[in-house]
Amino acid sequence: MEFLEEMANLIRKDVIEMLLEAGSGHSAGPLGMADIFSALYFHVLDHDPKNPDWADRDRLILSNGHICPVRYAAMARAGYFPVEELLTLRKINSRLQGHPHRKVLPGVETTSGPLGSGLSQAIGVALAGKLDDKKYRVFCAMSDGELQEGNTWEALMFAGKNKLNNLVAIIDRNNIQIDGNTEDIMSLEPLKEKLESFKFHVIEIDGHNIEQFIDAVNEAKVIHEKPTVIIAHTIPGKGVSFMENDYSWHGKPPKKEEADKALIELGILGDKIKNEHKVN
Amino acid sequence: MLNSQAKLNSKIFDKDVEQAPTRNGYGEGLVLAGDQDENVVVLCADLTESTRSDGFAKKFPERFFQVGVAEQNLATIAAGLGISGKIPFISSYAVFSPGRNWEQIRTTITYNDSNVKIAGAHAGVSVGPDGATHQAIEDIATMRVLANMKVFVPCDAIEAKKATLASAKIWGPVYLRLTREKTPIMTSEETNFIPGKAEIFWESKRPEVLIIGCGPILHNALVAAKELDEEGIGSVVLNCHTIKPLDEKQIVELAKKYKAIVTVEEHQIAGGLGGAVAECLAKTCPTPMEFIGMQDVYGESGKPVELIEKYGMGVGDIKEAVKKVIKRKK
Repeated sequence: MEFLEEMANLIRKDVIEMLLEAGSGHSAGPLGMADIFSALYFHVLDHDPKNPDWADRDRLILSNGHICPVRYAAMARAGYFPVEELLTLRKINSRLQGHPHRKVLPGVETTSGPLGSGLSQAIGVALAGKLDDKKYRVFCAMSDGELQEGNTWEALMFAGKNKLNNLVAIIDRNNIQIDGNTEDIMSLEPLKEKLESFKFHVIEIDGHNIEQFIDAVNEAKVIHEKPTVIIAHTIPGKGVSFMENDYSWHGKPPKKEEADKALIELGILGDKIKNEHKVN
Repeated sequence: MLNSQAKLNSKIFDKDVEQAPTRNGYGEGLVLAGDQDENVVVLCADLTESTRSDGFAKKFPERFFQVGVAEQNLATIAAGLGISGKIPFISSYAVFSPGRNWEQIRTTITYNDSNVKIAGAHAGVSVGPDGATHQAIEDIATMRVLANMKVFVPCDAIEAKKATLASAKIWGPVYLRLTREKTPIMTSEETNFIPGKAEIFWESKRPEVLIIGCGPILHNALVAAKELDEEGIGSVVLNCHTIKPLDEKQIVELAKKYKAIVTVEEHQIAGGLGGAVAECLAKTCPTPMEFIGMQDVYGESGKPVELIEKYGMGVGDIKEAVKKVIKRKK
């Protein structure tokens, strides 16, 4: 667990450095999902970074493509490509497009960015797995804001009706979107009840508690009659005090001084993680 | 006269020529494609019978997915299947798919390069009494502008069957344009269907104009060519079933030879077949053109034949356009 938490913190530092270098991009979402992406790439997913097209790999579909810096950082740290390449994010001729593109970076399962269509694609991949009698599991990381897209509910309806038990959706419930807080912009609550009524098995977790996340995935594996959705309550901008829970950080990168400050804070957080595990 | 090498239906100009909707050919093609390749899957958005997906659904129920009235989900689920080794065909009315779900097609099918085949049924004003809401007259334009997309517009049910089978074998996104009404069978099983290769269907002894058409309305172009021939005006009629990739080589060759062109399509004149031909010729041999199609207006309810006449796509309109363009020849 210490390793996964430290990796999450390393991914957060990568994200800050990438965004600073890129000069544009989204800060809050990637920082908020670092724990879950650390857990996915270093514990949950059955995958092989040296063989990204392995037919039996678990699939991770990223629906809200704008948080791709966290995916890129996790992929680089897992060995999909050199860590130095992270600093090419959003630059000309880079494989790390501002929103991820399947055709240029092996290991990216789908092209995404426009919201609301990732879960449906995950459904297609899950259906193909069933037709081919494959044992792989399909994870779909998505945002709460994109639950405002009709396409998302079309997908939820289909997955529930068809009992796609090889599908696990992970909703980043961070309560923010570009224009403000989700409940002010277009309220989503009562979210758990809505998802249950769409015939999903719903698990709510603290998205920064890696143990809870792993337990939720294990629970999903034994639910045979339904697809599972994990509502991960996260703090947008997690780990950087002046970004946390501030929606204005949804869609902007840090400036130099802000990045320096963020890296210092993340350094302190890293030490804290080490000490906590020593005490335990 | 009819090009004998094209092995067309000999009854093409007869009153009792066999008729069938192109969507029927799609349905037959789907079943054959399903037989030939077990990776072929079909998805439908609550229009299974109408889009002729029912034959496949009955024969291969485990490979058929009912999505309900949800065209965005239709396209995006197919996108997931298409990047996972499957060959999904999706069908609805063209106004809804590829109309309503255009961005999903752009991001998750063409940019994502997923192996999805999109069948848009009920294209053109010949949909008839349902009216303009259900008459897709922009779909060629919205599909051909997408990088990675191929666009087929079959002229009859037999060609639709061949285009469906060809789509299953070609890697990558394809748009197949289909129609509702029964229309004359112009081709035969022996007629060539080579994607990207237009076929000459009519060639007068002394042609002075090139008529390029696609879809069932090509029949009006052939009737116009025959009547013009009888009046002493010779023409060549080209069946341009593939809008993308366009058979630029042959079109340029024929344009240089005949120096005047009329395009015929049941689609807006902006962005359709005529637009594609004009873009092609402007590069190497600008040629006087007249465009038969919807003139930047919507259709309405009515009988198909009434609508074709009212909106200027009848045999008489094509003949007029031919005479007009010949006058413009340099």
